[in-house]
Amino acid sequence: MTRTLEQTTQEVLELAANHFKVAPGTLAPGDDFFRKLGINSLQALELLSRLENHFSIELPDYEMQGVSDFQTLAERIQSRL
Amino acid sequence: MLDLSQYSSIGAALREAMQAFAGEVCLIEADRERENHRLTYREFAERAAALAKALQDGGFGAGERASIIMTNQSKWLISAYAIFNCGGVLVPLDYKLTAEQQWGLLRHSGAAMLITEYAIWRQLAAAAEGRAACGDLRLVLVTETPAKAELAGALRWEEYRADGTPAFVGRERGDLASIVYSSGTGGQPKGCMMTHENYLEQCVALTSLYPFWPGVRYLSILPTNHAIDFMVGFFGPFVCGAAVVHLRTLRPEFVREAFAKYKITYVSLVPLVLKNLQKGLLARFAELSGGKRRVFDLLVEVNKWLTKRRPRPGLSRRLLPQVHSAFGGELLTIIVGGAFTEPQTLQFFYDLGIPVANGYGLTEAGTAITVNDLKPFRADTVGKPLPGMEVRIVNADSAGIGEVHVRSKTVMAGYLNEPELTANTIVDGWLRTGDLGHFDAQGHLHLAGRKKNMIVTEEGKNIYPEDIEGAFESLPVKELCVFAADYIWPRGSMVGEQLVLVVHLEAGQNFTDELRQQMVERNNRLLNYKRVHGLVLVAEDFPRNASQKVLREKLREQLATLERASAVQPL
Repeated sequence: MTRTLEQTTQEVLELAANHFKVAPGTLAPGDDFFRKLGINSLQALELLSRLENHFSIELPDYEMQGVSDFQTLAERIQSRL
Repeated sequence: MLDLSQYSSIGAALREAMQAFAGEVCLIEADRERENHRLTYREFAERAAALAKALQDGGFGAGERASIIMTNQSKWLISAYAIFNCGGVLVPLDYKLTAEQQWGLLRHSGAAMLITEYAIWRQLAAAAEGRAACGDLRLVLVTETPAKAELAGALRWEEYRADGTPAFVGRERGDLASIVYSSGTGGQPKGCMMTHENYLEQCVALTSLYPFWPGVRYLSILPTNHAIDFMVGFFGPFVCGAAVVHLRTLRPEFVREAFAKYKITYVSLVPLVLKNLQKGLLARFAELSGGKRRVFDLLVEVNKWLTKRRPRPGLSRRLLPQVHSAFGGELLTIIVGGAFTEPQTLQFFYDLGIPVANGYGLTEAGTAITVNDLKPFRADTVGKPLPGMEVRIVNADSAGIGEVHVRSKTVMAGYLNEPELTANTIVDGWLRTGDLGHFDAQGHLHLAGRKKNMIVTEEGKNIYPEDIEGAFESLPVKELCVFAADYIWPRGSMVGEQLVLVVHLEAGQNFTDELRQQMVERNNRLLNYKRVHGLVLVAEDFPRNASQKVLREKLREQLATLERASAVQPL
């Protein structure tokens, strides 16, 4: 299945909302996920693992350094689809 | 272990180690289930030599500063050894900082060279302003760059090599070995100037309690730019012929696997990760059926009794194999650093036969000042001073609590470009730590709080309340201030530290739900570990000086007269 960046971004937002139990629709692409979700670095890694399973890709930790917003996260995922 | 009194520099000791332990494995780098590299000391030295020769051919010379910004991986240590071989000064920076912060520190340190990874360089190169201000930087080497990627003036680490033997450039013990940054107020960088002597002496002291030897495997999880991992995840094991294991991922599932796969002997963790491990184990214990649980609890009791005076790892492994096999079966000690750990967590692991080496240290003091020597294990203290450390308590109150001062060959030379700050921090050879504590009759240090208005989180992050106030600026109140709650009302403990927001409303203003909501929203915009947890409403004007600056000390004294429990409401 081919996804557009918009679709990927939407799926990232839905998965994050579901995983951290926040109301769907409260997260926006430009949000900083550490701030918006109030999560620590370990919880961010949990989210990455969840996204990897969903998209069937590998997201190396070191390539995610400095990524803190959903949009950039979705772009990094998109480049690996 | 090498006799470190024979060497005058980190480079000289490492060079000897490369020969003495040539056939031993020194480094394993794994990424998930794949093993990227497994290097012997000989292979490690060959790789570093090719880089060192190229650096020397390129004009990198003694005393020049070279920064590394990398996640934990084999090229970190290879690069560091090459830099020391050339007589360079290492500037290890935190890869988790923003590009602007990293450029700021590169400029402050006067680094002539930077070695980094492609993912980090991509962010750094995009911050053009920071780079333009970094005039001293003339060479950037980048690892793992994709084939067609644009390198923005940098060179590929993997291709930057030269044939031939590099000249070994010796340094004296008092020469600068590294500049290690610790956080200060207002984003002010504090570059701790560490000498070769600082490292050589600290290594002797630490390995006297927690020795390494060929066959020992240290799992490197704390960032190597951190003083603890540099010592116990690089210099310490290398001068003893031991091996370091790097994981390119810190996902808990792969970290767990690594313990068993690589038969890990030591690991260093921050308290947050240790508590996470505890949570995982407790969940597993809870799944045991009634009968099995009773047997397990009984075995834990037997283990506690048998290890009362000292750890007995062989015995504990036989008694509680299900716990120890989860850690690979050869784990001797977990080293915990960066922040303080609750005694219950320390005791939990010790009772299972896994000692946690908790201690107390500062980058400025050359990492560790006191460490639990396990003779016997004590969860309620931060241990005794390491050999060679003089520790005294100054201006003690009636309970014996005063400021902790340290004198030792491991204490830094000073803060880079900050003579005044250095003069206020190291007085007559004694390092003023700013921490409060007292010694008990057994010579163990108990920490009781801080003389400074700051907190350290479970992830090992230093937070200065003044830096948080900006988040609450322009709230419709008369004035506000953020404090470390324990700085106002000391609890005699340094775990679970929290921040409080002190607010003075306008005359006649009511504290409405709407105002509270605004505060909560502002608070939630902060990163989770920077958030305030309590609110204090005061009725009087904050004390201020002639230029209207809040007199924090005076305000603290006024707040201290209030009862903590009734003054602080949750936010």
